[in-house]
Amino acid sequence: MTTLEYLPETPSQTAGPYVHIGLIPHQAGFDIFEKPFGNILVGRNTQGERIRIEGRVFDGLGSPCRDILLEIWQANAAGRYNHPADGQTDKPLDPGFRGWGRTGTEFDTGLYRFDTIKPGPVIGRRGHKPMAPHVNIWLAARGINIGLATRLYFDDEPALNEEDPVLRMIEPAIRRQTLLARRENRDGGVVYVFDIHLQGENETVFFDV
Amino acid sequence: MTVPQAEFIQRDRGQQPPALSPGYKTSILRSPRLALWSLQNSLSEFTGPVFGREELGPLDHDLLLNYAKTGEPIGERTIVHGRVMDENGRGVANTLVEVWQANAGGRYRHKNDTYLAPIDPNFGGCGRVITDETGAYAFRTVKPGAYPFRNQVNSWRPAHIHFSLSGSGFAQRLITQMYFEGDPLIPMDAILNTIPDPAARQRLVAPLDLNAAVPLDSLAYRFDIVLRGTRSTLFENKLQGN
Ligand SMILES: [Fe+2]
Repeated sequence: MTTLEYLPETPSQTAGPYVHIGLIPHQAGFDIFEKPFGNILVGRNTQGERIRIEGRVFDGLGSPCRDILLEIWQANAAGRYNHPADGQTDKPLDPGFRGWGRTGTEFDTGLYRFDTIKPGPVIGRRGHKPMAPHVNIWLAARGINIGLATRLYFDDEPALNEEDPVLRMIEPAIRRQTLLARRENRDGGVVYVFDIHLQGENETVFFDV
Repeated sequence: MTVPQAEFIQRDRGQQPPALSPGYKTSILRSPRLALWSLQNSLSEFTGPVFGREELGPLDHDLLLNYAKTGEPIGERTIVHGRVMDENGRGVANTLVEVWQANAGGRYRHKNDTYLAPIDPNFGGCGRVITDETGAYAFRTVKPGAYPFRNQVNSWRPAHIHFSLSGSGFAQRLITQMYFEGDPLIPMDAILNTIPDPAARQRLVAPLDLNAAVPLDSLAYRFDIVLRGTRSTLFENKLQGN
């Protein structure tokens, strides 16, 4: 067989137990960069409803993993991504919102947190309905050989979730529940609780994107 | 409204480590056991964060200097450079490359690392750089040492540098490790051996690049990285929008 000239993707390797050094050095115990990346996506001028996303990541025995790196990528409040390939020019860009952040689960509690805004709905693939508001999540850690992709949807958007082209495809339907974050009002703010199960009875839906 | 429907070429999982690789014991409880749901790319996968050079400091890519306190770190002065490309062979410009590593003695500057080898007061062990218009990147560091880890009783990691790549879309996101040509620990490394294909493993081993060395100053290794490519949209059916 003739081999076409495509280059194969570089293989993934685990991020290991010391991923913090490279990506969130403050958690490793030191500061080095003038402008480190972090888990606060909002600035003073960001448009949209302020929310916190909070949760834990559980292993196959139900123990919280305390060394997981999480990153999120999301649209702005109008439902547009801050990226040149997003051609939804009928929606405004928000210069105060990149839509990306990263953090690690805490060594003591296993909790992760992001301070962000609730995204708007994004156009679906050609021929499909708009996607319900969602946050794309990617996680990497010791024991995870290749990064895991999932999505967080909002449990207070039942009508939009019902029509979402990605949620609709997941069978059995009960597994869609693993992608719903639970809205809580706490300390005068809105918190969405989103736990991730790497394995076991409530294994989260992960995507091959 | 027209929205470009570009998408990434499907990931070839045969080139990648499976989630469950029992030889690397930690993967046993952290590997999903149900099938991944295949997702045709939408904007959510094809877009991703954009980073600007102004966010990085002038020494962020120079690990010899970016944590130097009383002098420079101990170890073999080493340049690591290469090109970030996609599967179509095109350079990936303006992408964020982040690295982290142990010091020359094999010790990490990390509150959870208790290995006997000492911390180097002048070495942080991390750096970051944004690729140029051709996808090229370079940073300068000391060659990391091997270190033991708890897997089997006598498991050692070959010298390696951890790499993180942002790509231009979130579905290109990749974390990997680079090894050094000639390291005798490479063939028995439980982490590298999570990748089943020997040819794929070999692509993580960076060759010495004497031509890129700085005479009387630093050795050099070359590590090219391939991220997922975009699929050409030939003869695409135009479905009716709704
Ligand atoms: Fe390592």
